[in-house]
Parts: sequence; C-alpha cells; structure tokens
Amino acid sequence: MSEAAKKGGSAKAFLVKYSPVIILAALVVVSSIISPVFLSVQNIYNVLRQQAPYIMVALGVLMTILTGGIDLSAGFLISVSHVFLAAAAAWWGFASGGGIVVAILLCLGVGFAFGCANGFLVAKLKLAAFIATLAVMMIAKGLSYIITGGSPIKLPLEVEGSEGSDALIAFGQSGDPVIGLPYAVWLAIIVVIIFWFIMNQTMFGRMIVASGSNKQAVHLAGVNVDKYIFSAYAISGFMAGVAGFLICARAGVGTSTNGDGYELDAIAACVIGGASLSGGKGGVLMTICGVMIMGLIGNIMNLLSVASYPQQIIKGLIIIGAVVMNGMTQKDE
Amino acid sequence: MADEVMRLEMKNISKNFGGVHALQNVSLSLRPGEVHALCGENGAGKSTLMKILSGAYSRDAGEIFIDGEPVNIKNPKDSVDHGVSIIYQEFASVPDLTVAENIFLNHVRGSKNVINWKQLNAKAKELLESLGFGQINPKSKVRELTVAYQQIVEICKALSTNCSILILDEPSAVLANAEIRQLFGILRKLRDEGKSIVYISHRLDEVFEICDRITVMKDGQNAGVVNTADVTEKQLVSMMIGRDLESYFPERESHIGDEIMFEVKDIHAGKMVQGVSFKVHKGEVFGLSGLVGAGRTETVRAIFGADKMESGQVFINGKEVKHFSPRNSIGSGYALLPEDRKRHGVLLDLPILYNMTISCLPKFCSGGRIRKAEERKFGDKMVDALKIKIGDKMDNTSSLSGGNQQKVAVSKLIASDCHVYILDEPTRGVDVGAKIEIYKIINDIVAEGNAVIMISSEMPEIIGMCDRVAVMRNGTVAGELLKDEITEQNMIELSMGVNKV
Repeated sequence: MSEAAKKGGSAKAFLVKYSPVIILAALVVVSSIISPVFLSVQNIYNVLRQQAPYIMVALGVLMTILTGGIDLSAGFLISVSHVFLAAAAAWWGFASGGGIVVAILLCLGVGFAFGCANGFLVAKLKLAAFIATLAVMMIAKGLSYIITGGSPIKLPLEVEGSEGSDALIAFGQSGDPVIGLPYAVWLAIIVVIIFWFIMNQTMFGRMIVASGSNKQAVHLAGVNVDKYIFSAYAISGFMAGVAGFLICARAGVGTSTNGDGYELDAIAACVIGGASLSGGKGGVLMTICGVMIMGLIGNIMNLLSVASYPQQIIKGLIIIGAVVMNGMTQKDE
Repeated sequence: MADEVMRLEMKNISKNFGGVHALQNVSLSLRPGEVHALCGENGAGKSTLMKILSGAYSRDAGEIFIDGEPVNIKNPKDSVDHGVSIIYQEFASVPDLTVAENIFLNHVRGSKNVINWKQLNAKAKELLESLGFGQINPKSKVRELTVAYQQIVEICKALSTNCSILILDEPSAVLANAEIRQLFGILRKLRDEGKSIVYISHRLDEVFEICDRITVMKDGQNAGVVNTADVTEKQLVSMMIGRDLESYFPERESHIGDEIMFEVKDIHAGKMVQGVSFKVHKGEVFGLSGLVGAGRTETVRAIFGADKMESGQVFINGKEVKHFSPRNSIGSGYALLPEDRKRHGVLLDLPILYNMTISCLPKFCSGGRIRKAEERKFGDKMVDALKIKIGDKMDNTSSLSGGNQQKVAVSKLIASDCHVYILDEPTRGVDVGAKIEIYKIINDIVAEGNAVIMISSEMPEIIGMCDRVAVMRNGTVAGELLKDEITEQNMIELSMGVNKV
C-alpha cells in the first residue's frame, strides 16, 4: 500500500517536497516582470543584506522547532544582545580595535546565555517551550529597555579611539571589494553551509531531528535527549546574538525595539519551508527558501510602493496559503 | 441466492492503490447472528476490506449487499447509517471526556442545543448494564478506566448507533486473559441477539474459541472460507501463509551456560513492582509471564531506567549497575525493546536506516561526522540478517507493516551490542510469518552467548520459546517454572494465586 501511494503520488510528493523552492522561483519570476528594478544587482544585494539577520535567527529557531519546541524569545534576544554591544562600544570604552572584539563577544555571549536559560527551563525543568521562552522574552525585553533607557545608543563613529567601532560599521554597511556582496551576506552563506553540514552530516543534527520525531523512543534508545534539546535552545540564543551583531553593525545604533517581531518571521519562515511545529521535520535549505520568500514579498511590495500596513496583511495571507498547501498535502499522505 | 438472507455480502471487491492491487475480487459474507473471523497475515488486505465496509476507502469494483439490499457506502456516515460499526485497534475514544460523553459522542442527544446530562448518563448506564458492566460509572473520565473498560466503552459506543454489524480489529491485543473472557461473553451475547460480528485477530486460539466461521485472506485475495469446526489450527496457518508450517516455534539448541549473566534483586518501583528478583543465565531465554497489570512491564522499565526505581540491585556479568537510565543501561550491556512500538519503539517519521543506528551512531562517527557509507552498509547487513521487507532504507519507517517495524526496532536493539536483551511483547500485533522470524532472531541472539528476557501475554509463545519462566502476580514473582514445568495450567495457577496441592 505504501508503495502504491508512493507511485501514485510521486509527482505530488515532489511538489510537496520542493514547494518552498517552487514558490520562491515563482515569486522571483513574477517580481521581475512586475518591477524592472527587481533584478538589478543593487536590489538583490539589498534584499540579501536585509534577510541576513533573519537567516541567522531562522536557523536558530529551526533547531528548537525540530526538537518539537519553539523559541519565542529570539526577537528580544537580538534586542538585548545588540544593546549590550552598542552600550559596550559607546559607554563602556570598548570601541577600540581590541575593544570591539570584546564587545562583539559580549553580544554573542548574552544571546548564548539567554539561550542556555531557555534550554535549562525546557530540557531540565521540563517547562513548556512556549511559556519558558515567552517568560525569557519578557526578561530580555525588560533588560534591554533598562540598559537603553528607551533611547537609541549611537555607536561612536570616526572619533578618537573608535577604530573598532568604525570597522564594525564598515563591515555592516559595505561589501567585499571584488563583487561588492555585503559582508553580512557572506557571513550568512558561511553560516548556512555550517548548519547544512551539521544537520545532514553529523550525529548532532541527526539527534536533534530524532529528538523531535519521538523523544520517548530516542530516550529509550539510550540517547541523552535533554542534552540535544538544551543545545537547540543554546544555539538559537547564540544565533540571535549573531543577528544582533549584524543589525548593530548595519545600523550603527542599538535600540531596544530592534529585533522585535523577528522571532515570528523566523517561525513563519521555518513553517513555510516545510518544518512541522510538532517537531522532527524541517530542513536548513528549505528554511532559507522560507526566509527569502518572506523577504521577497516585502521587497516587491516596497518596489510597488505598497504601504507597510497593507504589506502585513498580504504577508499574513501568503503565510496562510503556504502552510495550507503544506498541510493539505501532508494529510493526503 | 441461498435460502437464507445474508446479513452482509461483499462480492468481488477490488481496490487498487496506484499500480498495486490491494484487493482482488474479494468476497465476504456474514450470517445474522455469527462471529466471523477474518484471518490473514499483515498486508493480506483485511484492514483494507474493512475500511471499504466502514466507508474509510471507496471500492474500485464490486458490490455490497446488506440484508439482501444493494448499498452504496461512500463515506463513514453511509456506513453507520447502514448499521456498520467498527472498533479500531487504537481506540478512538476521547480520554478527557466522560464515559457517557464518549458513548454518545457521535450523537449527543438532548432537546435542541442543550444536552440533558441526566438522560445521557442514564442511557449510558443502561447500555453498560445491558453488557453486564454496570460497575462502570458513566460520569468517570475515560482516561481513568483500565484499557479493558475503555474497550467496553468503545463497544457501547458502537452499540449506541444500533449497529447490526460490528467489526473488531485485534480487540484482544491489549487485554489480559480474564478480560478476554469478559469480552467473549459480550460477543456471544451480541451474537445471540442476532448481531453479526467480524473478528480480526492474530491469536488463533481465540479465533477457534469464539468464531463460527473463518474467512482467510492472502495477498489481497480470498484464500478460503471454512467452518471453524472443520479445520485445525495447523491447517488454518497453512491457508494463511500458503505453505505448510513445520513448527510454529523454531528448534533451538540449548546454549545455556552455568554463569549468571543478569541478576535483579528486590526491585521496588511504585505500586506495581513490590520486590522482584530473578536470575538469568548466559544463553537462556527467560520468560516473564503473568496477567496484564501484574507488574511485568513496570519491572523491566524500572530495571532499564525508563521509570524511576525506588530500590533494588541489578548485576550484569557480576558487576553491579550503579545508575539507572536507558543510556547507562545500554552502556552496561542490556537493552529494552519497549512494549508500545509506535510510541516508544520506533521513530515512524524518520528513515528506516536512522532507526537502526540511533543507539549505536557513535560507532559510525568520527569527530561527530557520520561515515554514511559505513552506516548504509550496516543497514544492508541488518536488513538481510533480519529479513526485513523494505522498499528503501531511506523510506520512512511508517511505510512498513507492523511486523517489519518491529524487526526494525529489534535491529536497533541488536545494533547496540548488548549482552542481555529485554523484549516486552516482541510479537504483539505481528503476523504469523513475521512472528516466526522474530522467534528465529531470538534464537540467534542466545546462540551467540547472549541472554533474552521475554515478556509475553501469549502463553503458547512462552511455552514454545522460554527455557525458564517467572510468573508475576501483584508486583512480585509468584513462582518460577523450568522448561518441563511450563504449561498453561501451571502459569495460570501461579498468576492467579491458586494454591497448589
């Protein structure tokens, strides 16, 4: 019977499996017809740079979704981590060449530490991921606002002793000298390759997926499931730190509102990419497709000068469409 | 047509999935007031046929007559309207609703939109009493009932629709012997009231006890219809597998050594395990028998570290196990095949290969990276050794039949390179052919100088396979039986606490 289903549904199975790629390709085609600017190098680089932090967050959140959980704190972990970076550079004297390295490590470390807190609550204390990460989100948000006092922290630029800060902003705002691809995008490409490798070639990746597929069975197979679940949240927190670093470098300021809502876009991207919120299903490259689909929708509407509030509505509708498509085809299986 | 009007006639039913003929010209007839067994190996088409009758699938060809009238069953509602009711192996009850709510789930009656609870509960009570189960409170939550009572609720649910045809898919799989007796009592009663019952089971002794006639299916076709009185168990098995069975239980040379490989002392874990001790020798197949609820599964889960152990000691090869967790147990050299295959045994949504290597993945890793070619080779070896019938190793495990899923679960266990294998109901819900292959695998395991601890609710299996058996009652070992003493009589006496003369 399974063979029969496979034969009968192979074309359909193909469509299901690659639906994110197909949607993305369709969006590219439609966009380039609608707007002549769309395919310009300038615009493409722009979209990619905008999406780079989303890619970071989405990959982290994907880890938690694969284990059957979720990370709602990712958005404000971006906020709090990059605020630490900005505060370190602007106020605490870490703007020099060496100082900025410390500031960046602090940014990544803050994300990682919060991620570990999530992991501890979910894996050790067995709290529901939704609640645990929601609570951590509130804490991160509060901390972020306490540091900034509600106003943006501007990174020192081209003043005495700001070489590190200058370099950071240069990194965030420019591209490589050869083809001009933003450094942020290069970083994203490297990270994607690393994640792809981890998820497809390593024991760690296999166990993350297995933990979400059937936690009980994996536990009884003698695997330390809690360790992998903890790690998923720790990674997600760290990746939020990386996204915070990119956003801070790009904007040259740290603001508490930065990052707010990223977690929802990241979750949407994972789901559009075929990840299942019950865990055990989802892939790195498809998630990237999901991120790019979200990005392109925004981009093309900007090019068409659609105002930002209607944009939200259209985005929502497209997410529903993509997920319904995924869900319908899964049911048939 | 014959002189007697059949309750149900399914004639020349065919069903294709893609290019595969799941059913080819299959016929089934039910008399009013009979219990009719539907037998066949997994994949023979029994479930497909029943799903057509219950409206879950539509047929490609063939006719269905109920009480002589042609009917067209297109969906589950049509089926219920024609008096067909099916009770699935995995119950479809809602655990957090009450008994009464579950019974009338499909048609909670009441005036208009307000439910009349009094009336609903009274009706449920009436129905339960008619089956002789007045002790079940209609107001208790289904979650709080034993599995056996949950099944009674399912039967009431079916009867509440005034069905004339009742289909039971593997109803006894979750029941202990005493409960099966009760179930049979109900079935006989319903039969005498004129209802027609389709009984699907892998347990032949039950088929012979309760069923009037047997329809045998093989490879999606009819392999024959017989009166139960006219065949022997052996003949029935040959009809099902299409060849003669030399022996149900493969012969095994004894490899039992003197040394004690595994010893548990005075295990306590919760209410169900109250001081269990036993020893297992090298090369031995050691059985754990007893009624469901005697604490067998709870004991092995505690030993394995799946549940908390309150006190007790475990020794493997003379060394005491200090810390109890599945991880540590496997590290110490003993592994557990859990009772509930789908929940605990396999990862249904992951590839077969990933399942096989999940407990031994470090063997195939260098620096965290999986050496995939080696892993695949290992998978091929396992597929060959255990004769697992698969399409591709990378197919999801859910694509396999129950028997093959179980073999995948066993292969995962064997891959962990342990010395003592604890198998909890290794052949539950598995067809005859696969059962025999699992027995052979058990023989191979002990032939290599390992030991097997087997829990089984099927007495013939214990008798056929075990060198020694401990019978459990109320959380302790009520007694041990040596090979020659293992009889159904002895086991029943020990498990029910009958005093020996």
